[in-house]
Amino acid sequence: MIRDITLGQYYPGDSILHRLDPRIKILATLAYIILLFIVNEWIGFAACFVFLAVEVALSKVPLSYILRGLKVIFLVILFTFVLNLFMYDGEVLVRIWKLTITDQGLKRALFMAGRLILLIISSSILTFTTTPIQLTNGLERLMKPLSKIGVPSHEIAMMMSIALRFIPTLLDETDKIMKAQQARGADFESGNILHRAKQMIPILVPLFISAFRIAQDMALAMEARCYHGGQGRTSMTEMRFRRRDYITAVILLLFAAGIITLRVLI
Amino acid sequence: MSIEVRNITHIYNKGLPQESVALKDVSFTVEDGEFLGIIGHTGSGKSTLLQHLDGLLKPDEGQILIGDVDITAPKVSLLAVRRQIGLVFQYPEYQLFDETVAADVAFGPRNLGLGQEEIDERVRESLSMVGLDYEKIKDKSPFDFSGGQKRRIAMAGVLAMRPRVLILDEPTAGLDPRAHRDVLNMIRAYHKSQADSIIILVSHNMNDIAEYADRVLVMDKGQVRMHGTPKEVFARSAELREIGLDIPDLADLAEKLLARGLHVPKDAFTIPEMAQAIAMQLRGGKTDPAAEGGEDA
Amino acid sequence: MDDIVRMEHVTFTYPATDVKESFNALNDLTLSIEKGSFVAVIGQNGSGKSTMAKLVNALLLPGEGTVWVNGYDTRDEAHLWDVRQSAGMVFQNPDNQIVSSIVEDDVAFGPENLGVEPAEIRRRVDEALEAVGMTAFRKNAPHLLSGGQKQRIAIAGAIAMRPQCIVFDEPTAMLDPKGRKEVMRIIRQLHAEGITCILITHFMEEAAQADRIVILNDGRIYMDGTPREIFTDRDSLMALGLDVPMAVDLSYQLHDLGVDLPAGIVEEEELIEALCPSK
Repeated sequence: MIRDITLGQYYPGDSILHRLDPRIKILATLAYIILLFIVNEWIGFAACFVFLAVEVALSKVPLSYILRGLKVIFLVILFTFVLNLFMYDGEVLVRIWKLTITDQGLKRALFMAGRLILLIISSSILTFTTTPIQLTNGLERLMKPLSKIGVPSHEIAMMMSIALRFIPTLLDETDKIMKAQQARGADFESGNILHRAKQMIPILVPLFISAFRIAQDMALAMEARCYHGGQGRTSMTEMRFRRRDYITAVILLLFAAGIITLRVLI
Repeated sequence: MSIEVRNITHIYNKGLPQESVALKDVSFTVEDGEFLGIIGHTGSGKSTLLQHLDGLLKPDEGQILIGDVDITAPKVSLLAVRRQIGLVFQYPEYQLFDETVAADVAFGPRNLGLGQEEIDERVRESLSMVGLDYEKIKDKSPFDFSGGQKRRIAMAGVLAMRPRVLILDEPTAGLDPRAHRDVLNMIRAYHKSQADSIIILVSHNMNDIAEYADRVLVMDKGQVRMHGTPKEVFARSAELREIGLDIPDLADLAEKLLARGLHVPKDAFTIPEMAQAIAMQLRGGKTDPAAEGGEDA
Repeated sequence: MDDIVRMEHVTFTYPATDVKESFNALNDLTLSIEKGSFVAVIGQNGSGKSTMAKLVNALLLPGEGTVWVNGYDTRDEAHLWDVRQSAGMVFQNPDNQIVSSIVEDDVAFGPENLGVEPAEIRRRVDEALEAVGMTAFRKNAPHLLSGGQKQRIAIAGAIAMRPQCIVFDEPTAMLDPKGRKEVMRIIRQLHAEGITCILITHFMEEAAQADRIVILNDGRIYMDGTPREIFTDRDSLMALGLDVPMAVDLSYQLHDLGVDLPAGIVEEEELIEALCPSK
């Protein structure tokens, strides 16, 4: 289970999506998510689906890998779906006790679940095809105007990047600690909620200590390599919009125009 | 109580693209009272094997019998397994969590459902076994100690469960030479104090394995490559080097001396033994029983 | 010849906490390290080795005395970055010193902090990865590499800053024998290329590869000499609980048993030659 978390991880590759400028990818993902919520008809939804399917194909990230990321939040999706299912008036399709499923409800539920799935996949595509450093650099550049009003854009970006870097390390650590405590007879599976919560202490305390140790080591290692904030810092990969980025921007604009037109017309 | 591992296979990520076979048809037996050393380079399947022995992982195929209990059976009580087997992970000091040393060491025995008196006695005993003074440290936080001392406290936490089978995964990693010897001597002392207990020690240090183990299991690519006495295993030096493992310093020396015609035994794994053997050879020039034994191998 | 590091009467004290009294990790330590040398520092845990390493990189500043690195006083804030650029550092835990999720981005981290031009960073990163033999892995995620490989990445990250000296703080402690050999091979190679290497280690066979060994005890220099000088002094090593090389210990015990051997045997080959001379 712990190893199923692929969300937020980078998937090494050399596809066209991997090579796009991170700024355009971040903006495109944001725009796509907004469009997902503008869409309210089947046809627009289908367009969004096709758009993402093309994206997935271009990214060359295996579909199974992408879907594995969904598994972790399957419950959230299910919950959203069920919640919407019973919430709307309309022509009654099924009646179970006091709950009714209407055609409107079903549609909304499908839309919301669909939106959520597309939203997660599209943002995963962003992190799968963009290294944390690129993502950080991209965000930093995009947020640069904000630093004039006192937003610490470099620091925010750096924190994000390091957090992403340490997800796998902390997951491994959790796995190790759990096994070590199980070997000492700890039982995480039985008992009531209170008992189980208490059983988490032997995992959480070492995990926090581990995290602090990592943070301390990291801070030393970064200082030793002359890190002193964003000031005067350069970047190995210069960010320059290339032809492919402009083409992407144009495609995206056309797509957005299409979706908005649909919304206005229907 | 012996351990019998029968044809176990373990596959990670079964059915996924990144599927990998960690253990393949592994079988071996550990006798009552035996000190088994396991060697193999990183990724050879050692850690996966240890976790199977403690019931933390279940094999995809095969069985593991501890005494006459099949711990791979679907309904087996893992608590019963833990009553018999203690596993000390690599860097065990990172699993300390409780407010006081005494409480942390008591965690295992408490999980076994022992009474307070019994627990207290075991905590006291196991702390003294690892060379710490119970009265002095029982109420201190385990986090206030040095790395080497934390390791001892963590080991005491496992010893307090009084396992019949004590498994240790590189217990000396990262220690300085003195602490290294202390830990190995503690393990030996535990082995002697518990009648017929089994020790399973994973180590990269061939000198330690040669000196302490009765038998050695060599793992390579998820399979058992060799299994025998240190003398038998380390005699196959060419094969060991081929799979990226070293041989003990003294075995290496014996090999080279034998090649030059000095009849020294291949199983003198401590310096005093080797010194005696060489001195005997040089003095008499005549063959003596120990040296002859060495040549047979 | 010039000294790259000079410590003069350095004392460093860790302040008292609720549970511990303050203690001096280093006591009036004076030590010079020659440019281009390979020095191993050994000693038990708590002997002050790590504190010394951190003083060279200005991660810690001396309480008393002065540390000079490449001619700069480490307390001089104006030259802090010069000190850290001159003396790179590789730490014990391979996981906790890699900043980025991509190998080559991590190697670029130091030069980026120094404000080096992008094209030049690219050149340095490629060179550094080549030097540690990790070019093929430059796009990989570090957490999927072996411990030895991760340590090589950390070394590349230090090399890319073009330091004159690298301090290795127990770089092999958490590695398996294969990883240890890889790392030692790279350290020897860096030394051959003229980089001063300061290696802190618990492994005597690693210390034996240096051209000078310094043994610390209680924050003071206990012994200082060539590996041969150090290792033949069996009694002093034993007194400190340190390991003695097999050939030294065996020769000593053979001598006790009345076997006549030449003095000063350190290596296995020397012992074999003494016992059965090749014809």
